[in-house]
Amino acid sequence: MSLAVDRAAEHHDTLAQRVRRVPLPALIGLAVIAINIVVAIGAPLIAPFGQSEIAGPPYNPPDGAFLLGTDAIGRDMLSRIIYGARNTIGIALMTTLLSFFLGAGAGFVAATAGGWVDQILSRAVDVMISIPKLIFALMILSILGASIPTMIITIAVLDSTRIFRLSRSLAINVNVLDFVEVARLRGENTFWIVRKEILPNVTAPLLAEFGLRFTFVFLFISSLGFLGLGIQPPAADWGSMVKDNSTLITFGSLIALAPALAIAILALAVNFVVDWAANLTSGLKD
Amino acid sequence: MNWGGRTLINVLAPRIVLAVLTLFIISLVIFFSVELLPGDTAEAMLGHDATVEALATLRRELQLDSPAYVRYWRWIIDLLHGDLGKSLSSGRAVSDLLAQRLPNTFFLAGFAALISVPLSFVLGVITALYRERAVDRGVNFVALAASSLPDFFVAYALILIFSVHLGWVPPISIISPESSLAERLYLTGLPALTLTFATSAYMLRMTRASILSLLSSPYIEMARLKGVSSGRVIVGHALPNALGPIANVTALTLAYLVVSVVVVETVFAYPGLGQLFVDSVSKRDIPVVQVVAMVFASTYIVLNLVADMVALAANPRLMHPR
Repeated sequence: MSLAVDRAAEHHDTLAQRVRRVPLPALIGLAVIAINIVVAIGAPLIAPFGQSEIAGPPYNPPDGAFLLGTDAIGRDMLSRIIYGARNTIGIALMTTLLSFFLGAGAGFVAATAGGWVDQILSRAVDVMISIPKLIFALMILSILGASIPTMIITIAVLDSTRIFRLSRSLAINVNVLDFVEVARLRGENTFWIVRKEILPNVTAPLLAEFGLRFTFVFLFISSLGFLGLGIQPPAADWGSMVKDNSTLITFGSLIALAPALAIAILALAVNFVVDWAANLTSGLKD
Repeated sequence: MNWGGRTLINVLAPRIVLAVLTLFIISLVIFFSVELLPGDTAEAMLGHDATVEALATLRRELQLDSPAYVRYWRWIIDLLHGDLGKSLSSGRAVSDLLAQRLPNTFFLAGFAALISVPLSFVLGVITALYRERAVDRGVNFVALAASSLPDFFVAYALILIFSVHLGWVPPISIISPESSLAERLYLTGLPALTLTFATSAYMLRMTRASILSLLSSPYIEMARLKGVSSGRVIVGHALPNALGPIANVTALTLAYLVVSVVVVETVFAYPGLGQLFVDSVSKRDIPVVQVVAMVFASTYIVLNLVADMVALAANPRLMHPR
């Protein structure tokens, strides 16, 4: 009840008032995401050095020229973290988008077409969802070679199963409503129904899921990078930077943890925002 | 057992069939993805600088003159008979490698489970008991944070604190077959703690959620109206019904645990199956990669099946899906 009142009041609120109602963790999360996007897009303008440029002596401690020091072959850590934002986030985003395109597309088709199409797709997903993803991705990448397209396609296909299940169950509920029935009687085809009738009615939960899947894919790509099979050198990637500088950690250097911290902060920020968005859409307010 | 005419076997059979089918499909993909390699398989596996003799030996060993489906059949039959082939890089029998590594991985995963299962269970009950209070919010915040951290971040942070600054434990966990139990526990402390971090958050949230969803049911309200204290309502009335879902989540977490050891073992140089897998992947030691992937996949799928069975056994209502 109070929610309905809040929603109605929202139209008369100023922007500042609306921002004040967002819980603090979500606000911090949104700010962190914004900073990451700016850094990722403006990497060449912000970074003091190139991502694979040997800018100084190896293991140079942090000083005026190298704010976070240099790595084992003298590349500037700060510049690599800045470019890493672009590479790691960019690829994670592309993978999540492809994964949604595949998963939601198949899920909507299964829900609207029903019958044997639904059966085949659902049983295939049952099989795929019980495959351990990390093991499978490592195996495929070791056999086919670690390249960015192989990685994107492998992870997108493996992760699309969860999106399939969610979008299928969402679409099934919409599919039985009267307006879909009317559209069908009018003679619209499946593609049109999916695009014009179902999609607009399931966007909110799918967007929350997008955040969750992005975090998963982003952490997954970082883990692959850490294991040496993700984004390949000399391109900067947060996961592989942790691996490259792991020897520094045993000497007590906090700088080596900087790329790991960058991963953790972004993942946390997205989770905070998703947590808030999920509470909003389900009507549960603290 | 018999519930309303449908036996447990009747309900479980499709799930078992699905698990076997999944394993079959995984084995197909594991075997035939090698066939996708461009050019000659032996050359692709050994690299372009391989000697002619080495290539000839490998071709003979892989029996590349037979058609692929024949080789798949032989591979599966050999696997089922315990003949797992030989490592390309060391020449050792893969079964020897497994015999050495598999117990280590189960030891680590078991150790981590012994900490994380009771811990997340107790915390889940406490947060449900004190929901929306400071304890609940605090624990939930930490759980959300823990689930967003990459495993290697937690691992290195623990190394930094406990090995580098406090000097309590070594930063790597190299154990040998001669290590005593006490030594093993001491050396695997940090990896087990890392895995606890990685798995507890999910179990805790599910425990809390399944207890909270029960708390709104009529029989709990009845108990409350009767004047039972809220602690007894949770422990005596809600918990028995929540055990099924909790056990299910625990089995799922164990499945997850067996897979996330890959990263943790790599960080701590722990001689388990995960490290063997990553090593073989980077050396492109494909016979080892194939077998280890099969072992991981089977463990994962069997634990998932166990989770299903536990859920069914705990809640007979699931035997009659609508």
